Amino acid sequence: MRHPLAPYLREEVLPGPFCPGCGNGLVLGALLRAVARAGYTSLRDFVFVSGIGCAAWIPSPHLKADTLHVAHGRAIPTAIGVKLHRPELQVVVVGGDGDLAGIGGGHLVHAARRNADLLVLMVNNLVYGMTGGQVGPATPHGLPTSTTPYGNPERPLDTSAVVAAAGANYAARWTAAHGKALEEAILTALGRRGFRFVEALSPCPGRLGGRLKLEPAPLLRWLRDQAVPRDEAVGTLGERFPVGVYADRDEPGLVEVLRGQRVER
Amino acid sequence: MPSQERFLSGNLALAEGALAAGVDFYAGYPITPSSEIMEHLARELPKRGGTFLQAEDEIASVFMLIGASWAGARALTATSGPGFSLMQEGLGIAVMTETPLVVVDVMRLGPGTGQASKAGQGDLMQARWGRHGDQHLVVYAPTSAQDCFDLAVRAVNTAERLRVPVVLLSDELVAHTWERVRVPERVERAERTPFLGKGPPFHSDDPRVAPPMPALGEGHGVLMTGSTHDGRGRRFTSDPAVHRTLVTRLWDKVHLHRDDLAVVEEHGVEGAEVGVVAYGSAARAALGARELLQAEGVRLGVVVLKTLWPLPEGPIRRLAERVRAIVVPELSLGQLVLDVERVAAGRCPVHLLSKVGGGVPLYPSEIAAQVREVR
Repeated sequence: MRHPLAPYLREEVLPGPFCPGCGNGLVLGALLRAVARAGYTSLRDFVFVSGIGCAAWIPSPHLKADTLHVAHGRAIPTAIGVKLHRPELQVVVVGGDGDLAGIGGGHLVHAARRNADLLVLMVNNLVYGMTGGQVGPATPHGLPTSTTPYGNPERPLDTSAVVAAAGANYAARWTAAHGKALEEAILTALGRRGFRFVEALSPCPGRLGGRLKLEPAPLLRWLRDQAVPRDEAVGTLGERFPVGVYADRDEPGLVEVLRGQRVER
Repeated sequence: MPSQERFLSGNLALAEGALAAGVDFYAGYPITPSSEIMEHLARELPKRGGTFLQAEDEIASVFMLIGASWAGARALTATSGPGFSLMQEGLGIAVMTETPLVVVDVMRLGPGTGQASKAGQGDLMQARWGRHGDQHLVVYAPTSAQDCFDLAVRAVNTAERLRVPVVLLSDELVAHTWERVRVPERVERAERTPFLGKGPPFHSDDPRVAPPMPALGEGHGVLMTGSTHDGRGRRFTSDPAVHRTLVTRLWDKVHLHRDDLAVVEEHGVEGAEVGVVAYGSAARAALGARELLQAEGVRLGVVVLKTLWPLPEGPIRRLAERVRAIVVPELSLGQLVLDVERVAAGRCPVHLLSKVGGGVPLYPSEIAAQVREVR
């Protein structure tokens, strides 16, 4: 029997390249279930844009869609260029925490400020996975990594909160262990205009699990157990992962505002 | 073709040339001495159904162009030295993904933040070689407001025809000099070859021919990547043959067009006793020097390079065969002179006339004096 999500995948490139126990498959599943529930029978109307890192490989080459795979951190500006010239397309960025909140962090904040009409799915595995588990912008304080052997001296960025404060129409954080909630968040985001951001905390067994001495299943369970509803969250980010909706607005997106300026001339 | 005459600065002429060429997408970040291009297009593009966006930085600008170009736009941005440095990343991706776009660099003095807005010509080598890896792109350089208009059109057309990023290397003196410009009613517009579902979108057996470029949203399943890829766009991260095939084709695509990409003016090269090779504002001064020397009976031949890459070697070589010496005037410590020395290959001595600092132009009298000295 064919998998119900198979029509969205380039089956010839499967199996994917991800490590056993990686959360990318869970996030991909949530994304495609949301796409199917939104009524898209194919990905023909979608353009997926990604940068560099393991999460950037989720769409490219696995999705049967137009995929643009550009430089590290630069998926968001590339996606803005696509969307402004072809507003009828559903433009989705998929990337990791290092890609989107680290090297591309400036673009992320300004895309939210502009309310650029994109869906950005950030797979937050808390480290730079592809390059060997170095500290990243979302790494919990104190965690040892390959470039912070004495523990991360810095504090993690609360990316969903930052994006919400910058003006995104929608922002939500869940974990890969919250499959249904993640799917619902993506479904909501797909139906909205303006800038939409969904953060999925996701296990990296190879680069984080080893540091935490957790096998893949316990690592996923750890993410789930550290997650608390954001209005109940106490303690610092990283000890606990607040989950839930961070922004829920319906303001006109950049496409609409620019279109209005054209008409007035 | 009917045309009208307008009084424009180099920057405004360049922006008008971009509009005439059908540019419908601009994303940029303000920086002198290029900002008038951006301000003009901010006013004009929305009136014509185009898109203008001020980006958060120059890195974003060039990647917005990449996205827009793949979405079908004719995309252009303008910047100056510090911004041009930031754009190198995107230019490299544009070379690798065969994305048509135009980056204007209105040169000022560097390195670093140098002397902002003061004229310089120190970005020549960066325009050619600023990216990591083996790669070619096309570099044009205007000498006048008319050139700014004409070369903006040519740059857009070259980018679309060859699926390659094109750099338009202006300088502050050219950018801010107001002159009469003949603006034709219509200009030729080259279109990229559309992808019709057949043949590879990232390979061509004849390297001179750019592969057809698929549009987004038409069910082609575009696989575009800045990593090494095969003709279909599939990533190959270790196969030596795939890498060699790709980078060689991208290299040849530009290099094998060197003759038809060459825009060169030769002034009085036949019978010249001394030669000058120059570009940009320095070339204007060289033509002034030629007039001064003519009055004295000194025969100066001037080769004006309006294409800087691929380098038009033929005219430089022919000049070197005829003259006693060549002078290369530059608003830098000497970059073009290295090319001229290489191409002249000992046929005649090559002298650098370097002037740099404060944005002070090279004067015709200075070039004339150097010519008299080496005559």
